[in-house]
Amino acid sequence: MSDKVLMKGNEAIAEAAIIAGCRHYFGYPITPQTEVAAYMAKRMPKIGGTFLQAESEIAAINMVYGVASTGKRVMTSSSSPGISLKGEGISYLAGADLPALIVNVQRGGPGLGGIQPSQSDYFQATKGGAHGDFHMIVLAPASVQEMAELTVKGFDLADKYRMTTMLLADGTMGQMMEPVSLDFDIAETVEKPWATTGTKMEREHNIVNSLFLQPEALERTNFERFERYKVVEENEVLYEEYMMDDAEICIAAFGIAARVSKNAINEARKQGIKVGLIRPITLWPFPSAQFAKAAERVSSIISVELSMGQMIEDVKLAVEGKVPVTLCNRAGGMIPSPEQVLEAIKAANNGGDK
Amino acid sequence: MVVFDKPHALADVPMHYCPGCTHGIVHRLVAEVIDELGIEGKTIGIAPVGCSVMAYDYFNCDMIEAAHGRAPAVATGVKRSDPNNIVFTYQGDGDLASIGMAETVHSAARNENITVIFINNAIYGMTGGQMAPTSLPGQVTQTSPYGRDVNACGFPIKVCEMLSQLDGPEYLERVAVNNVKNVKNAKKAIKKAFENQVNNKGFSLVEVVSSCPTNWGLTPKKALEWIDEKMIPYYPLGVYKDRSAE
Amino acid sequence: MSTTQYLFAGFGGQGILFSGKFLAYKGLTEGKNVSWLPSYGPEMRGGTASCGVIISDEPVGSPIVSKPDVLIAMNLPSLDKYEDAVVSGGIIFADSTLIERKVNRTDVKVFYIPATGLASENNIPKLANMIVMGKVLAETNGFDNEEGVLSALNKVISAKHSDMLEVNLNAMRIGRDY
Repeated sequence: MSDKVLMKGNEAIAEAAIIAGCRHYFGYPITPQTEVAAYMAKRMPKIGGTFLQAESEIAAINMVYGVASTGKRVMTSSSSPGISLKGEGISYLAGADLPALIVNVQRGGPGLGGIQPSQSDYFQATKGGAHGDFHMIVLAPASVQEMAELTVKGFDLADKYRMTTMLLADGTMGQMMEPVSLDFDIAETVEKPWATTGTKMEREHNIVNSLFLQPEALERTNFERFERYKVVEENEVLYEEYMMDDAEICIAAFGIAARVSKNAINEARKQGIKVGLIRPITLWPFPSAQFAKAAERVSSIISVELSMGQMIEDVKLAVEGKVPVTLCNRAGGMIPSPEQVLEAIKAANNGGDK
Repeated sequence: MVVFDKPHALADVPMHYCPGCTHGIVHRLVAEVIDELGIEGKTIGIAPVGCSVMAYDYFNCDMIEAAHGRAPAVATGVKRSDPNNIVFTYQGDGDLASIGMAETVHSAARNENITVIFINNAIYGMTGGQMAPTSLPGQVTQTSPYGRDVNACGFPIKVCEMLSQLDGPEYLERVAVNNVKNVKNAKKAIKKAFENQVNNKGFSLVEVVSSCPTNWGLTPKKALEWIDEKMIPYYPLGVYKDRSAE
Repeated sequence: MSTTQYLFAGFGGQGILFSGKFLAYKGLTEGKNVSWLPSYGPEMRGGTASCGVIISDEPVGSPIVSKPDVLIAMNLPSLDKYEDAVVSGGIIFADSTLIERKVNRTDVKVFYIPATGLASENNIPKLANMIVMGKVLAETNGFDNEEGVLSALNKVISAKHSDMLEVNLNAMRIGRDY
């Protein structure tokens, strides 16, 4: 095992991507993710890779589209306003079934918003994020170690399912340093016979395309794609349960919100309140079954979010009205404090008899 | 003895272009050049959004369909992925000079080693004849029904002249395909633009002044004459930059 | 089982983030769980700088230090801003060269170190942070083992500046012995 080193979350993403075999990075400067680009700018030229600062987020995502078309691992990273600009390219990647990794180190919005951490791009990430019927696989790290591990996993899943993976982090995750071990299992290389690498005059030409003017044909691609999504939903859900065994109250939280919630849970447990946490690691596919199961035995669920309440909608859908789901949140770059979450737990405990 | 044949790089399928449209000629010239340079097996073409959106069906090399205006960015990715491959974009005036201007200018500034075939017919063809960034002053289109009023919608963009101000690009030439002599010159320019890439010289763009009889409201023959009468005086043919020759 | 939350605060250029990183590495080399979280803002120079470091026997929950056990205040605005946040029974280290007032709290332990003054007296004007760090280590983390300190310094000082190892260690000794 290699020694653990202290790394910023953003740097851990970059190094993990390189370890995963990514040799092409395209980006545009934006706080609070610029360390990813800076790290790539330093490293890529030394390992024969490409770092290119694009003229815009739009150009960057289309350069990603170009490399992805050739079947190589490729990534871009940005923060919320920049991801909106990438929306067009994200839809085209989905329409052409191209694997790629997109990192969103979220900041507060809407508009230019602020530069402090946020989770308010949950809808954008999990519900498609641009025009057309599609999903991205969305991974939500809650530590620097996970920033690295889920980056590697993101590339593997993207290749396996010919999907775009989004690593949905936030400013805290990007800026914080924690010990990280960079020992990873890299999945086997996936064959990509569809890639546009030149026919070498040995095969019919490959076409990477998302245009289907016949609605019957376009419908067929949508149906086929969603069959693939179903397999992802069945096989790739990731979550962490914390003190859920005897829990009477369940907290739903991901990323930094889950870290804050753990502090509150530990404090509540000291006060005799049985509360636990379900932390979705994949936001899409969402661990709906785990929340449905929890709803059989807890009296209520509290969704802790750095947004005006976005994930709470998926929690509510999962529990189908069986238990009340309440929101404990801050927005605009603010982070809920453990005390605020503890108050929400106490309130749920007092009103918690079914 | 075969005296006239379809180039191998050109797919043997019916094209959707209107009668009298010059896209077919330019497609053929590109395919001839690919054949002559023997590069079909390592060429990847990028189709735009516009009339030539389905160019991916018309060339036998690997093809990618890009978002509107983004072909140079996509080409950048493809080229950086494997610099040994030959990458070309095929773009119209709306794609290259309006929505994709940033990608055009910056790929030129980077001297990205790609070949850009730019069809300038001064109109948006596919969507039914709207004003293009290259529509002439006074030109009547669906969205300039009283003629392009330069006070309200500005002046046409002369792409070769503009890009020639950059230090980046290797080669910029404007040609036309409205008569045999011009077609022959166009072929030479397109060939040079591909050869430059083969020889790692960098960004090469050929602007092809083309016709759109359907949306110009002219017969194919009149449309070719209109190129001589109206287009070429505004968009003079010639080499605008050729670093290696300088 | 214990968790200590440190908050380092001052202005940009005082080595605030470096101090925090050193301490986090000290924890890491001792096998503890650690986190380091900086504040970040649009200013590139001269603005306020702060970072929170947590050193714990257990996995670190929230990395956000809002109620520090230990506050290291390197200028007056930092003391003004964070004095009340320190937990009761906590410790405040203040650079008394730059902070003329006394700490108002009576339920915390306070150490006044004229670090900026000591730094210029000793001709190490950029190392006021490490002078304070020497005192912080001595009072909260243990500074009996210089080897441990050196191995953490090794992680935060790159090989090409290895001549700075001894200089930093000396600065910490000055703080420890003050």
